[in-house]
This record gives sequence, C-alpha cells and structure tokens, in this order.
Amino acid sequence: MLAFLIKRTANAFFVMLAVAFLAFLIFRSFGDPVEMMVNEQATQEDRAALRERLGLNDGFLTQYVRFVTNAAQGDFGISYRNQQDVMVLISERFPATIELVLVATIISLVVGMPLGVLTAVHRNSRLANFLQLGSIVGVSLPSFVVGILLILAFSVSLGWLPAFGRGETVDVGWWSTGLLTPSGRQALILPAISLSTFQITLVMRLVRAEMLETLRTDYVKFARARGVPRARVHWVHALRNCLMPVITLTGMQIGNLIAFALVTETVFQWPGMGLLFIQAVTFVDIPVMAAYLMLVSLIFVTLNTIVDVTYAWVDPRLKDDSAKAGAANG
Amino acid sequence: MNLKSVLIASVAVGALSLPAHAENILNWGSSRDIGSLDPYSYGDSFTINVLNHAYEGLVRYNLDLKIEPALATSWEILEDNVTWRFKLREGVSFHNGNPFTANDVQASLARVSHENSPLKGNLPAYVSSSVVDDYTIDITLNGTYPLLLNDLTNIHIFDEEWLVENGAELPTDIGAGVEGFATYNANGTGPFIVESRQPDAQTVFVVNPDWWDEPAHNLDGFVLSPINSAATRVAALLSGEIQFTESAPVQDLDRLAAAPGVNLLEGVDLRTIMLGFNFGETLMSGAPNPFSKNEVREAMYKAIDLQLIHERVMRGKSRVAGAVVAPPIPGYVPELDTIPEYDPEAAKAMLAAAGVPEGLEFEFNCMSDGYVNEEQLCQAIASMWSRVGLAPKLDIAPRAVQSPKRTNGQTDVYTLGWATLPMLDAYSPLLQIFHTKEGNSGVFNWGGWSFPELDALVQKAGKELDTETRLGYETEALQIVKDENIMLPLHQQPMAWAVSDKVAEMPLFPDNKPRLWFTQMSE
Repeated sequence: MLAFLIKRTANAFFVMLAVAFLAFLIFRSFGDPVEMMVNEQATQEDRAALRERLGLNDGFLTQYVRFVTNAAQGDFGISYRNQQDVMVLISERFPATIELVLVATIISLVVGMPLGVLTAVHRNSRLANFLQLGSIVGVSLPSFVVGILLILAFSVSLGWLPAFGRGETVDVGWWSTGLLTPSGRQALILPAISLSTFQITLVMRLVRAEMLETLRTDYVKFARARGVPRARVHWVHALRNCLMPVITLTGMQIGNLIAFALVTETVFQWPGMGLLFIQAVTFVDIPVMAAYLMLVSLIFVTLNTIVDVTYAWVDPRLKDDSAKAGAANG
Repeated sequence: MNLKSVLIASVAVGALSLPAHAENILNWGSSRDIGSLDPYSYGDSFTINVLNHAYEGLVRYNLDLKIEPALATSWEILEDNVTWRFKLREGVSFHNGNPFTANDVQASLARVSHENSPLKGNLPAYVSSSVVDDYTIDITLNGTYPLLLNDLTNIHIFDEEWLVENGAELPTDIGAGVEGFATYNANGTGPFIVESRQPDAQTVFVVNPDWWDEPAHNLDGFVLSPINSAATRVAALLSGEIQFTESAPVQDLDRLAAAPGVNLLEGVDLRTIMLGFNFGETLMSGAPNPFSKNEVREAMYKAIDLQLIHERVMRGKSRVAGAVVAPPIPGYVPELDTIPEYDPEAAKAMLAAAGVPEGLEFEFNCMSDGYVNEEQLCQAIASMWSRVGLAPKLDIAPRAVQSPKRTNGQTDVYTLGWATLPMLDAYSPLLQIFHTKEGNSGVFNWGGWSFPELDALVQKAGKELDTETRLGYETEALQIVKDENIMLPLHQQPMAWAVSDKVAEMPLFPDNKPRLWFTQMSE
C-alpha cells in the first residue's frame, strides 16, 4: 500500500510540473504585461527598465525554474495589477467560489435525484418524456445564457433577487461567508441555480440509468412480491443502491465546477477565483494566472489521487496494476 | 462566547458601520474595478479618476475642464523660468485629521517621481522641490515647461506623516515582491473618504464632512461596484440596483433610452481614433513599403468613406474628424478639421500613379477589446481599401496580444486612439506620437517617421510659457500632421453614461471621467 501511495503522489507531482510548464508556454503568447502597467506618457526606457525588473527578459527556462522554486515554497509573487500578494488574493476569493460550488452541488443532488427516479419509474409517461427533453435543453444551454435569462426574469422583471454581487458577508476566521446574512443568501440563489443546471441533468440521467438497471434485479421483484409498498421499494431500497456512482461522479465534478464557475462568476460579478482569473487574463497578470492554474490543477490532481487511493483500498487487485486505476477514473 | 454569539456580534458590527442616515447613497456600477487604493500604483486613468474622489491634486479641472486652484491657491514662475512657487491652501486637513502642509507636497512628488513609480511619466519635467515655509513650496523643473499645471491635476497629494508611519514613502515595487500599505488604505483631502474596499465586489466612499470646499453635491456617499459583464450591468440598472454607470454598452443604448426610470447621457469623447502607417523600408511581407509616400497615404484616406462609417459602424453617434485632436483641446483650430472627399476612383488613380501594385498585401492590426466597435470599424475600412485594389490582411486580437507587435513596429497599418489625457492639450499627441522617436519623445511613434520641421515646432512649444504663442506653434505642427497625412483621423468615438431618475444632476465630461462631487440626487 505504501509503495502504491508513493507512486501515486509522485505521479501527481509530475502532473503539476507539467501543468506549470504548459502554463508558462501559453503565457508567452499572452502579450506584454508592461504595456498594460505603465501609463501613456512612460518612455521606452521606463518600459524596458520595468520589464528588466520583473524578470521578463530572462529566458523561458530561467523564468520557469524560478516560478517552480518559489511556488514550491508557497510564494507566487505579487499581482501586477492589484499589487497584492497572490496567495492572499486567491485565498480571499476561495470561500466565494467554494460556497457557490457546494450550493450548486447540493441543488443538483436535491433536484436531480428525484427527477432521475421519476423518469426511471414512470418510463414512457408524458412527464418522463418531457423531463428527458428538458434535460437535453439543460445540457445544451450555455451557462452564461442561463445566467442572463435568470437575471432578466428574477431581477429585472420580478425584482426578487439581486443581479450581481455576493451581498453582505460575515468573516468567520479567515473564511468570509455569505450564508449567514439574508442578502448573502439571496445573492447566492441565481448564480447557484445557473451553475447547477448542467449538473442537474447529469445527475438525473445517471440516476435514471442506474435505476433502470436496479429495477430489473431480483431483490426488487422479491420485495414487490412480499408486498413492500411500491414507493418504499423505489425511493429507499432501489435508490440507495444507485448512489455509489452518483457520489463518485459528484466528487469528481467538484473540480470541474470550480473550473467552470468562472463563466457564472463573470456573469453575476461573483467575487470568486474565476472572476479574478478572467481579469488577470485581460491585464496579462502572469503571477495571478499562474497561481490560479496551479491551484485548480492541484484540486483536480488531489481529487483524482484520493479516488485512486480509495479504489485501491476497496479493490486490492488495483494495487498491483496502477494502469487500471488510471483507467477507472478516466 | 460560543460560535453563534460570535457570528451574531460580527453581523451587528457590520450593520452598525453603515452610515446612520443612508439616504443619498449613489450605487455606481462601473465596467471595471480600480486596481488598488494607491493612485501611484498602476498607470491606469480609471483608477486615478476614481481615487480623485478621496485624493486631490494641487490644481483640478472645473466643470468646463479648465484648470482651477485646489490644494494650491496661487502660483507664479520665478525669475529663472524653471522654478514654480506654489502658495498652498491653509486649514485643509487629511481624512485622518493631520493638517496639510508643504511637506506633504514634497513627499508626494518624491513618491510619484521615484525611479520605480509607474506614474513618473505623468510628471516628466520634475527635478526637485524645496519647502519655503509651511504653506509655500518651490518646484524646480528641467527647463522652461508650460504644462506643469496640466500634469499636476493628476498628481494626488498624500499625507507625509501617514506615509512615514506606515512605511509607504516609496511606491510599491512589484519586482521586489513587496506589498504596500497604501494599496489597502487611503488618506487624502478629497470630498469623500474611503470606508471599505473588497476588490471586485465594492468600494464604499462616505462624504467627508470637513472638506475644505463648498460641496456642489448632495451625496452622503457612493458605492463603486464593478460589473464586468455588460448585460448584467444593464440589468442591474433596469432593476434599480445601481443608479449610475459610466459605461452603457453601445448595442443597448436604444433599449436603455426606451426604459422607464433610466436617463441616458450621451456625448462625444475626446478620444480621436486614427490610422497609422509603418514608414519602414519594407512591409511585413518583405515587399517594398509604399506607405512612406505622402500621396499613397492621401489616396488611402480618400478611399475611406468616413460618413458611411459614422452612419453604419458608429450608428450615427460618433463625430467625424479631420484633425487628430478634438475641438475642446487647446491647439485645435476648425481649419484643421477638414474631411477629404470620398472618391474611390481618384484614390485608385493616385495609387496607380504612385506605383502601388494592384492587389498589394499588407497587415492591418486591430484590437478586439480596444476602441468602440473597433472590429467592425476595421472590417469596414479593409473592405473599402479592397475596393480600390489593395489587399489588407486583418489581424484582430486582444489588446494585450497586439500591443507588443505595435510598439515593435511588427505591423504595416494600425489603429490608435488618443484623448490627450491627462494633459488635455495638443502638446500631448505632438510629443508622444508625431515627434521623432528619441529619448522621452515619440513613444507612440510606432511607424518610425521623422519630420524635423515638426520636431522643431514641438520643442519650441514645450519651452514657451506664453500660452498664445505656444498654441500657435502647436497649431502649426498640427498643420504639418495634416498636410503630410502622418496619421489619418477617423472620428471621435461616442460615450454614453446612464443614470436612474433618482439622479437629478450628473454632468457628463468629455474626458469620460465621472466627477461625483458635482452629482445631485433628487430628494
């Protein structure tokens, strides 16, 4: 087990190095941060001097090695645009994104699972067909369109919910939360729904497929024969047996949601990490872009590694053949 | 105390910190956030503009964009012609209560002109300053220089004691990786006090009850909330969550004008959009470059239907321009502002006469996030040039990608917008764009041209202290720009602000900078 753990961690480490390398390759075509930093009246010499001071004239490998060495010590530098420590900037935005993602995940489970059971149990009914069709719309509508539609309906026409921002927040230690104030909870509703639409359909379709399988099994038939009420069979016994893949999927999707929250965050001006990243791209704020990419890939790599390790723990055969572990989670 | 009571306590504190009589709070939904609370941190006019509500300069612009006294009450040029003596306003105090004196001015000038300051270009002629007494300061320049006051409008004054106490005497240096106290805190003399700031969420300003000037506004404060997405910004205005935006998207203007409870403020920006040419030996493709000939540039100007661009691309909201500076800018005269007749046939004949081969390919560099409707503008011009037998290759990408290509001359034709900020004088484009590229001059001379006659006029203007004579030189230099078609002016671009009907008065400034100390909300 220990050897397996070490192997997986080493793999994760190399993935991170590769991500940093690719990120640095991309930054070179992003443009010149200095042009965005100085004002119109700065002379050519001023610009050259600033470029030199930022170390932008150094070779690609020198910049890469310097970044990795500093990053390994937790130092991602100072944001060019905000002039703040990048780690502080990101950790300030981290709670906003996490709260949004967690609430969106909860919504997707609470809405998606019952819908999945309904469409599986009442297969071929009109409601099920309608929900199936609706789920295709849910998958195909881009989340910024969903966001704008929600804003138009609930902010402009009805005036119930705010169109942007996070409302009032409360600090609990270093974590700033919007869940404890009425305005914070109101502000969370629209972005969370908008982020969860895709996820809802995913959960619903997965539960439906699993349910159809389970409903054919013998124990369901025996339970029915024994006279257990239909609802109890479906919602308790069968559903519980469908949950394993749902939990795995939800866990893996959290990484995706964090990464894709940047669209929702831009539409709703949600002050999370995604919004920070989008602005960093506009201003060629390389330290922020690099740190964000590293953090998101760290989340992905960690989730993957945890799943791999759990699988190996559950199924000891995988320990000997880590290639299968890689295949198991795509 | 358990966790719950801690939470309740902190909520209560949060509620108490709101102004007690929260009546006239203006919610300003801006298209972007300010970079930091330190006006010297980043060469960004929007940040300087917003922070001008908390910090002030020695002089400022009034409602007509004329310079008037602010923290200085009067000034004179001493006999050596390079030293300016400023008399400072007495009885002014900073937001932390410290009195404003000459030492504060000296510390601020030293900070902004420091070697590492990204804003030192805003004070190009500054050499040193010396304190004469508490309310008198001498500023020494590197020569006779007429535009010091224009420069000083944008140099915000800090409190020396506050800078020293917090170790912020020097500007922040990103290269060294050190953060600055002034990035997170503000302490000026201005009409509003910064109460709190959450980057990308909101920055709260409350009125300064001890402001030295008679307020022309009736605000109790304002909240700057950046909303990057244009559609969301419009929605927030329609739903009444914000009462003002300085950036109403062009495509939504008709909808906003029709919406109840929203008033549109439209005007023409000072920013003139123009086309520039590379004057080098060869084009990017390696073919000989014809653009260094005046008759070719003239023909290409004739081939552009400026009126059609005004009507279609700019939806009738722009102002067609024949001069490279807008009418309100000193140095402008109407005689410069003539527009060539659109004549593709004549243009074609002129190109042929100048020996430009049929189907000449060249690169045309435009930005996707630069000026108003720039993509459509460039596409229209490219198709007009195709009609006279040229083959422009459009290269459209974000500003961050295009800027390095432009500054290094890695293109044949490019767009450039110039508003003469922060100087508001024709000297600004003449020195920065049209002067030969050398030393501090011609930083935006991306085409690499050189007109010694023009250079001589610009240098004379830069030393002339008599305004009439100086503007005469500038107009003469602008005439050379016009005659030689160095750059081709297209239009001044439209600007649109939108306010809710709760705002009774909001003066629209052609430099596109909101000045909320002139704002009145209806009671």
